[in-house]
Amino acid sequence: MINHGIMPAAFVLAALYAAHQDFWFWRDAQPIVFGVLPVGLFYHAAYTVLCAAVLWVAVRRFWPAHLEHLADRSGAPDE
Amino acid sequence: MTPTAVIFGYLAVVLCIGIFARRTSMSGQNAEDYFLARRSLGQMVFLLSLFTTNMTAFSILGASGHAFANGIVTYGLMASSSALVIPVGIFVIGTRLWALGKRHGFMTPVQMFRDRWECGHIGTVIFAVQAVLLVPYIVIAVMGGGTTFAAVSGGMVPFWLGGAIVSLVVMGYVLFGGMRGTAWVNTFQAILFLLFGAIAVTVIGHGMGGFRPAIEGMLASPATAPLLTRERISPLYFLSYTFIPLSSLAFPHICIFCLTARRLEHFRKTIVLYPICMLFIWLPSVFLGVVANTATDVPAIRAKIEARATLASSGSTLSPGDRDRLRATASGDDVILRLIEAYAPVWLASLLGAAVMAAVMASDSQILALSTMFTEDIFAFYEGTARFGEAVQVLTGRVFVIVLTLTAYAIALVAPQSIFDLATQYAFAGYAALSPLLVAALFWKGSTKWGALACALWTAAAVLGVAVLQSVVPVPPGGGVVPVLSTGGIDVITRGAAGTMVLGLLPVVPMTIVSALLMVIVSRLTKAARPSRATLAKYFPGGAMIDAAVAKPR
Repeated sequence: MINHGIMPAAFVLAALYAAHQDFWFWRDAQPIVFGVLPVGLFYHAAYTVLCAAVLWVAVRRFWPAHLEHLADRSGAPDE
Repeated sequence: MTPTAVIFGYLAVVLCIGIFARRTSMSGQNAEDYFLARRSLGQMVFLLSLFTTNMTAFSILGASGHAFANGIVTYGLMASSSALVIPVGIFVIGTRLWALGKRHGFMTPVQMFRDRWECGHIGTVIFAVQAVLLVPYIVIAVMGGGTTFAAVSGGMVPFWLGGAIVSLVVMGYVLFGGMRGTAWVNTFQAILFLLFGAIAVTVIGHGMGGFRPAIEGMLASPATAPLLTRERISPLYFLSYTFIPLSSLAFPHICIFCLTARRLEHFRKTIVLYPICMLFIWLPSVFLGVVANTATDVPAIRAKIEARATLASSGSTLSPGDRDRLRATASGDDVILRLIEAYAPVWLASLLGAAVMAAVMASDSQILALSTMFTEDIFAFYEGTARFGEAVQVLTGRVFVIVLTLTAYAIALVAPQSIFDLATQYAFAGYAALSPLLVAALFWKGSTKWGALACALWTAAAVLGVAVLQSVVPVPPGGGVVPVLSTGGIDVITRGAAGTMVLGLLPVVPMTIVSALLMVIVSRLTKAARPSRATLAKYFPGGAMIDAAVAKPR
């Protein structure tokens, strides 16, 4: 089942993937965020949180609920 | 004495969890119950056990060791790329795998491949490739257990005994508890991991007098300032690493774990919280590895820094034996243990040691997965279950767990660790190259069994080729790069301290791309081998996925 929102979602994922290649902080240690985190490390920590946020939106918007129906046809037992 | 006692206590707890899981099992003789916990794992157990299954000794020990030598780049290389690729893979592939597994009763990926492409022995080839790539992990875990036990006990428990104890405990709870026991132990271990990071950072930071002076000291020194940037790594190398997490989607133990969820809804929190779990484990490990460079008051760490400096300044003039000794001294895999030993009180160091032990014991899922694969893909497929019954199938799985664990232990005692470090390094690339198999099976109607075979054989040949190249062409003494294959003035294949590179990329990139191309090209060339309409209808009941037009009329 192809959702019409799939193209914007694919675009967001591609942008997220591109954002991982942050050449703009490649040679910089400063600013030191919170006094202890070099900017390159802070960027990727923040990127990880951003991934969680995007995935949160994705599971709300594009959840493949039809798969539950597909699986249930087997009559497989639940505990 | 205290750390050793705490670790023994920890091992007793995980063994008890495995035994308790067996007692709560509905039927010890039922294959689906033993191997998949009756597809009944609840939400939190599913999230935490799936996460722990992906964490190995490398997540804590290796990550901090890599960061100690290479700096903050470690987090971007291994954690943030996984934080995107793995949960997206679970979302897109894991959920579909779960639905098809539940609907058709699959317990392993090979069962699905055989059904999907209407093949038998090609499935056996895929099983063999997957199994060979998985075994080194189990050996490495035994070695990690022995090393950690020896380090935490101050040598009181020797390597051979530590490895034996860890092997027996893992074998015990996998044997007794099956998937349910493994998942519960993994959940317990995940909680330990997650607590470990926060406690270790707080205690070590306090012991070092705060991290701010440590970072300022690193910035001021030309020797350590580059560790706070990524200038020592090329952007192409960094890009290559984003292909590595594809391996996670193809690992049989991850695929099998995806089949254990009770409901599709249980994937939701796993997908969203997976990156946060990555952050909690990897950020402290990488950060502590980096700041360990300032802990020169710890003798073992000072010796590492001095060895590294000697290698950098006069490595090319040393004999190979001296270079190897210095490399072993400079290795940072135990820096976290050294920091804990130096800055944490004994009781806390003991608890943190148990958490590290939890990380290195992550071989349970691989052992169970191999056992499941052997009994389902070989024993049951070749009529074992039909002839001897399901009880004998489960018994075979348990015997396989014992044989596999004892074999891994025996290998760990006699083989040098470097061989297995290499093997696990390229096993990641191998599994990444197998990921097109899964994608094609689930989403491309036009894929055929011959495309799948080409993909599997290419993966085996490429992993073998890279491993042979690595062993035949040594690392250049001065730490530079030597061309292995050049054409038209371009170095196509090079060998350096970072491994083999293809056009400046890690081998995983061409391996995965060629694998995907082979799947497409060979499938197109063997259209006659496409599965029947009935089979395609099982996998694509809603109609088009990809290449809907190519379904062959029968």
